[in-house]
Amino acid sequence: MGETFKANVIDHFNFWVAVVLMMIGLYAMITKNNLIKKLIGMSIFQTAIILFYVSAGVKDGATIPILEHHAAETEQVEAGEHVEGHPVANHEAHAINPDDYSNPLPHVLMLTAIVVGVATLGVALAVTQVIYKNYGTLEEDEILAKIKAAENDG
Amino acid sequence: MKWVGLIAVLFTGGLLLSAMDDFPNWGDAHSPANASPVSQYFIEKTIEDSGVPNMVTAVLADYRSYDTMFETVVVLIAGIAIMAILRVGNQIPRGARPAPVSAPASVNDDHQDIIIGTTCRLLIPVLQLFAFYVIAHGHHSPGGGFQGGVVLGTSFILAAIAKGLDPALERLPETRYVKIAFVGVVIYSAFGVACLLLGENFLDYGVLSVLLPTIDAAEARSHSMLGVEVGVAFTVSAIMFAIYANLASKGELEGGL
Repeated sequence: MGETFKANVIDHFNFWVAVVLMMIGLYAMITKNNLIKKLIGMSIFQTAIILFYVSAGVKDGATIPILEHHAAETEQVEAGEHVEGHPVANHEAHAINPDDYSNPLPHVLMLTAIVVGVATLGVALAVTQVIYKNYGTLEEDEILAKIKAAENDG
Repeated sequence: MKWVGLIAVLFTGGLLLSAMDDFPNWGDAHSPANASPVSQYFIEKTIEDSGVPNMVTAVLADYRSYDTMFETVVVLIAGIAIMAILRVGNQIPRGARPAPVSAPASVNDDHQDIIIGTTCRLLIPVLQLFAFYVIAHGHHSPGGGFQGGVVLGTSFILAAIAKGLDPALERLPETRYVKIAFVGVVIYSAFGVACLLLGENFLDYGVLSVLLPTIDAAEARSHSMLGVEVGVAFTVSAIMFAIYANLASKGELEGGL
């Protein structure tokens, strides 16, 4: 149990970090009484998901998903001088190896997720501002008490 | 209540952690996500299809351009929603409103602002120039419309924080930033409609090469990506400033923090 568990944690530490962060964010969203603290929890949760995706696209020994195009071109020209008449074979030799570049897809997905995160956070902050204007507090229990009092009056 | 929440969170986390043995190891190049044909295709064919070395930009603005287009629309809608939410029930006539609490005299004193003002005067142009670099160089280095747009919006937010919201809104009033935000989405969709009019699918940029006879389909894709990134940057920068300006002034666009 001990050794396999240790190996599990070391091999998957990125996912462990993501899950622990997610638990922190979820706990804040469920139990915190203050609406701003709930929003902070939501942001932590989003960050956990972003870390999860980006870390899933990591490859050992790979670089960022931007082709080293200038280096590759000059190499091809130089190699082409030596083996003339075999452009196809030459091209094959310098074909792009997917293992050299980390996975671009999670980066793209998380780029858009960050933007959606900013948008949702902005809308949420606007809603909290209106709540504060109408109820004079951001504590959930006080808001509920005020709503109930207003219902009983009406 | 706290205990119920804690138990629910621990249960959820425990479920996820118990499945951890089935997850790929850190850095595994042949994990299902990394070995999927889609990711392999993006890495291998981007340079052939569009000549753009930055795969993230190519995937964002070309292969997944529908996603990015409606992403931009989401940002626009969020900005409009913030303005709408903050102004519901705000229709008190200007004269009847209670006078805003004026800041202490020391804060408004211009002589206190020399360091901040000078720093901002030096910093804001550099920020804006850097934003244009990030937008325009997104094909070859990390960057693009979203990142550059945020930097550009931040430069206006910096002006609003340093000099007050009112001077910043004089430079970029609401009528203007709302227009800029919409123009960004229009630029993006114009590229899609142009492709439609030339007989191809929406946002299939390759066909745009007929408009500029000197470029081939791959170059047309590359240049169109720059075009849509500029549209994204318009919307994102305007909406970033709109979010700050509205949140900082409770939607009244005066006074500010």
